[in-house]
Amino acid sequence: MLTLEQAADIFSRIRKYATADEVECLFYGGKSALTRFANNTIHQNVAEENYDVSVRTAFGGRTARATTNKFDEDSLRDVVRASENLARVQEPDPDLLPVPSPEEMSDRNVRPTQSARHFGETAALTPGQRADAVGQIVAIAQKHKLTAAGIFASSDNLEGIFNSRGLSAWHTQTSAEISITMLAPDSSGWQKANFPDVARLDPAHLAQVAAEKAAKSAAPREIAPGKYTVILEPAAVLDTVGFAFYDFGGLAILDQRSFLNNRIGTKLFGENISIWDDVSHSLQSGSPFDGEGVPRQKVQLVANGVVKQLVYSRGSAARMKKSEYASKVGPVETTGHGFPIPNEIGEAPMNIVFEPPKEPKSTEQMIASTERGILVTRLWYIREVDPYEKILTGMTRDGTFMIENGKLVCGLRNFRFNQSLIDMLSNVEAMSTPVRTSAEESFDMVVPAMKVRDFNFTEVTKF
Amino acid sequence: MKELAAWALNIANQRGATYADVRVIDDRSRALATKNGRIGNASDSRSQGFNIRVLIDGAWGFASSAELDRSSVEATAARAVDIAKASAKVKQSDVQLAPEKAVTVEWTTPHQIDPFSISIEQNLALLQKVDAELRSVGGVTLAETNMNFRREEQRFFSSEGSDIHQTKYTTGAGYVAYAFAGSEIQKRSYPNSFGGQWQNKGYELIDELKLVENARRIGGEAVALHSAEQCPKGVFDIILESSQLGLQIHESVGHPIELDRVLGMEANFAGTSFLTLEKLRSLKYGSELVNVVADARQEHGPGLGTFAFDDEGVAAQCTPIISNGLFTGYLSSRETASLVGLQRSGGTMRAESWNRLPIIRMTNISILPGEKPLTLEQLIASTDHAILFQTNRSWSIDDKRYNFQFGTEIGWEIKNGKRVRMLKNPSYSGITTEFWNSMDAICSRDQWTLWGTPNCGKGQPMQTMGTGHGASPARFRKVKVGSAYS
Repeated sequence: MLTLEQAADIFSRIRKYATADEVECLFYGGKSALTRFANNTIHQNVAEENYDVSVRTAFGGRTARATTNKFDEDSLRDVVRASENLARVQEPDPDLLPVPSPEEMSDRNVRPTQSARHFGETAALTPGQRADAVGQIVAIAQKHKLTAAGIFASSDNLEGIFNSRGLSAWHTQTSAEISITMLAPDSSGWQKANFPDVARLDPAHLAQVAAEKAAKSAAPREIAPGKYTVILEPAAVLDTVGFAFYDFGGLAILDQRSFLNNRIGTKLFGENISIWDDVSHSLQSGSPFDGEGVPRQKVQLVANGVVKQLVYSRGSAARMKKSEYASKVGPVETTGHGFPIPNEIGEAPMNIVFEPPKEPKSTEQMIASTERGILVTRLWYIREVDPYEKILTGMTRDGTFMIENGKLVCGLRNFRFNQSLIDMLSNVEAMSTPVRTSAEESFDMVVPAMKVRDFNFTEVTKF
Repeated sequence: MKELAAWALNIANQRGATYADVRVIDDRSRALATKNGRIGNASDSRSQGFNIRVLIDGAWGFASSAELDRSSVEATAARAVDIAKASAKVKQSDVQLAPEKAVTVEWTTPHQIDPFSISIEQNLALLQKVDAELRSVGGVTLAETNMNFRREEQRFFSSEGSDIHQTKYTTGAGYVAYAFAGSEIQKRSYPNSFGGQWQNKGYELIDELKLVENARRIGGEAVALHSAEQCPKGVFDIILESSQLGLQIHESVGHPIELDRVLGMEANFAGTSFLTLEKLRSLKYGSELVNVVADARQEHGPGLGTFAFDDEGVAAQCTPIISNGLFTGYLSSRETASLVGLQRSGGTMRAESWNRLPIIRMTNISILPGEKPLTLEQLIASTDHAILFQTNRSWSIDDKRYNFQFGTEIGWEIKNGKRVRMLKNPSYSGITTEFWNSMDAICSRDQWTLWGTPNCGKGQPMQTMGTGHGASPARFRKVKVGSAYS
């Protein structure tokens, strides 16, 4: 692995080549491996190691970035030249701030320690160990006369930043992930989990749950689309709510592309919805600083259904304070959520944690309390239909069940939904304790299962 | 380069590989963007590295590294061997490869102007001019422009003796105007969504796109959508302009014909396919007018799926996919061709970069134009009542590729052969084969555009790939419209 000391040396070599007023270097990369299986066979099995240095130079309001994965002298000279050539010819942006200094950051809380997210056992995982776990999963599939497909991935990653005003920050983290689909002739089941520590993964349990879902949803019935009470398992919640959070950045409001324009401070969701961004949460992962090296702060985004605060990069906070919206958007301060500059998005909260409900209900309790409804394991191919009403469309997948009189009675053919996310979060009747959740359409979060009334299914497909 | 590859192949061979290949890549890209007159992006990137893919005991291993010295090459080859041996612990049968002749070839994307030779000042000035034109329209609240270039040089060596040197150029550009008012955000993109138009060609594409000339119209349409009627709900005849038809092909033809999906290899992520093997040459996929090819050859045009050889050394080909409505072909690799009894791979294996494994990807999946002369305006003139859909806004399809729903940025109601009103928030939905069987007219070659889709995601780890889709406007009868807002 590239070390902090090696990165510091590369940064000092880059500074020698720079003529710009300011220089900032981001380092990222690591080692990763992924064992992929399908048809009860490992069919793809890959490993890589790579590190990039991304050099941002700035000349008085003009800035640009160039990236390379080569650290020899010629490559470092070339990457600095490329960055400076892109920056020099621009018109100055009067709102571009100087890179942050360590003093500017000194009053900020630096939240988690990196040791909490880096595990030696995960970093050292071998292809043989991953294959053994896949063998265990395939054995469970074969026991149930099913076909297994999925992945077992592991990685050891780093993220670092140095700038010419002396700020530096460094983060390392491991990750282990398993995703399993169990296929039967006319049904399927799915489970996925991701943790920094491989010891938290239980391949056999995940395989067993996926297999049970495939078995229980066999011979699916077709029922008419319409508005139903649904119980969304955490992965289904994650993939829908994930479409909201890019709109919680200050720049999204300034750009007038957020569904929160003219809605901050109003009651947008149900009383039972409170949402935080908290990189330090024990179930969260990721680096404790943003794309400029600013420590990420804990921010309450939604309190009892009311949107309270946005997240900000340094530049967006400064622009917001001068804007016509300044008095209408809640507290305006740098929160440490900026993406590397230059970028078009600004910032976003990426460590979402739903506040636990006062009276959490397990998925089983939610099912038991439902006279007629639908249990959704997972959603798929979700896209935004309407950006202001936040109408999303997508499909159910890999385990959709009819609930009648408090019990799962059969599998169902999959539905297409067209559902306003605002309405969905206003119609939540019950929630589980939030859990660390991983799916395919959004970044990992800490979210609950939800029982939602009047979820809008508009079509049904052929399986 | 050749010596490094020979070391890697030699190690694989010594340790028991029955097949191995090496790809060495130098990948350079530039991204420029503006947003409301400011720089949105100005970045260059260069990534160099290599990989080795080995087949041992009938199972695959793959390892990659950015370090091109001898010790790294040897260590990476050894890692690939260890990985393949681990793969062999969980298998049902041995991988077999369809035969392929070894070749030595050099090829470069045909281009007139190297996009990296144009000054950054000139590019930014063009984008700022477009940006200013968009924002000169009252009511435009956000203007975004972009311009992107890529040059990817690849050397491919195989244990069977191939030595293929390819250099591919990609150019893309486009813009979006947003208009926020009341409780609606409307937008218009040019010449397409997904960053505009993308092709494998040089800077000459930028001049062809007429970016400045169309900016005020696009800005005006974004604002005008606020005064337009909501698209009605019901069953209507519809006309898709060519970029939307290109995406319709991508989702409801291109993905389901991928043999890895059909054979269950993508079941955990991208999904499977309704096109099970018994449907080949028996399924009536579409009406008689529907003719679709998968064509990676240079003569098809400068699509994002145009190349000389794929990433496992198979020459570019044209495969008939739908012939007069009949389903006639899949996208295949050497491994999947062998599994289904094809004599040869269709040559569709591509990888995002040096650190990714080649997988089956769409090449240029294009619908052939109608043989009789027919412009879009003539098609409209021959239509009693329909809705015209223009420029994609949302897209979704199930994991077997039956049920789809698309929304576009703008729609037009056609009555008695004329566009009578603009419609906002248009959407349509259906079942793949029912939809293609309802196509009753397609415009001719002069209306045909080879669109680039730069953002197709597939595989684990995820790989983003560019695909090409040629299409001319076409009409479909009795399609469900408006469900997205029901």
